[in-house]
Amino acid sequence: MILDEKLDKNVIVTSVDAVANWARSSALWPMTFGLACCAIEFMAAAASNYDLDRFGAGVPRATPRQSDLMVISGTVTLKMATRIKRLYEQMPEPKYVISMGSCATSGGPYWQHGYHVLKGVDRIIPVDVYVPGCPPRPEALIEGLLKLQEKIKTQTVAKRTNAPFLKRLFTKTEWYEIEKAEKAEKAESAEEETETTTSEDENTENPA
Amino acid sequence: MNAEEIYQILSDKFGESILGYDTELAGDTCIQIAPTAIAEVCQYLAETDTLAFDSLMCLSGVDLGVKEEELSVVYHLYAMQHRQSVVLKTSVSKTDAHLPTVSYIWKTADWHERETYDLYGILFEGHTDLRRILLPDDWEGYPLRKDYQEPDFYRGMRVPY
Repeated sequence: MILDEKLDKNVIVTSVDAVANWARSSALWPMTFGLACCAIEFMAAAASNYDLDRFGAGVPRATPRQSDLMVISGTVTLKMATRIKRLYEQMPEPKYVISMGSCATSGGPYWQHGYHVLKGVDRIIPVDVYVPGCPPRPEALIEGLLKLQEKIKTQTVAKRTNAPFLKRLFTKTEWYEIEKAEKAEKAESAEEETETTTSEDENTENPA
Repeated sequence: MNAEEIYQILSDKFGESILGYDTELAGDTCIQIAPTAIAEVCQYLAETDTLAFDSLMCLSGVDLGVKEEELSVVYHLYAMQHRQSVVLKTSVSKTDAHLPTVSYIWKTADWHERETYDLYGILFEGHTDLRRILLPDDWEGYPLRKDYQEPDFYRGMRVPY
């Protein structure tokens, strides 16, 4: 009642972006999902001592269809990678990924002889924030979450492709291929230019 | 009862199928068994009252190296009532890796033999459900063999760093 009286005659002017980003960043619901020892730290971060709920991310959902955030907390084996990709695809947009710990980021201790380990989850799904550590402490994961919130606040509803978010729509491998194609295109056009110049030279030389 | 006595009992019973026993190694003394006789020897050890090895603690595969071209399987047995343990070893050639199963003697062997098959490619004859247990079903090769080559791609995902 008091609130009604206070807010009744007021108008708040803001942008759609600000409201959408505020809503998205302050209610990141992570998926209940753990892969290895990092998952223990993730659980500790969500429990009462570190209380992830302070940042609005304390409601781990038991289904990808209700989650906004996927925390890749541990070693991604090739067998699990196919499942992770499917779970990621089942999440509704907008969706975000935190790669937690060395294993999820680059394969960690399994980088050389881990024949069954995917060397970085960014080979199959786009990653927003990398949290280093083996495993990272809950404080580090919280730092990663805050970084992700900062990143979400730069997002725009209208022109998403122009934002720094373009990169995060692709996996690392896909991004490399895009860059490679762009470079090849540039090189081709450059070659064409040189060809035209040389042919012009020839033309000028011939009459002489 | 020590390992030597068990070796004597088995030698009297199975003769040439018992290839010898090794005390030089660190840890448990182990008895070498011919691959064809391993299931019979295990059954005898499990069902004889004086021995009564009722528990298979572990069944593991070993690659003896590229030079030897042989794979080995090690059986760690334990008799609860006698508080007695024994180690059996047997080896097969890499090109024709067949062994009789012991999964009908100890249920434990079921998954252990699947794991050994998964990582070393040793076929256990008579096993009721010899599938891969750790790696995905469409995996190629047996990764704990010394001559294993890491694949470049698995389902479109690059494997090397």
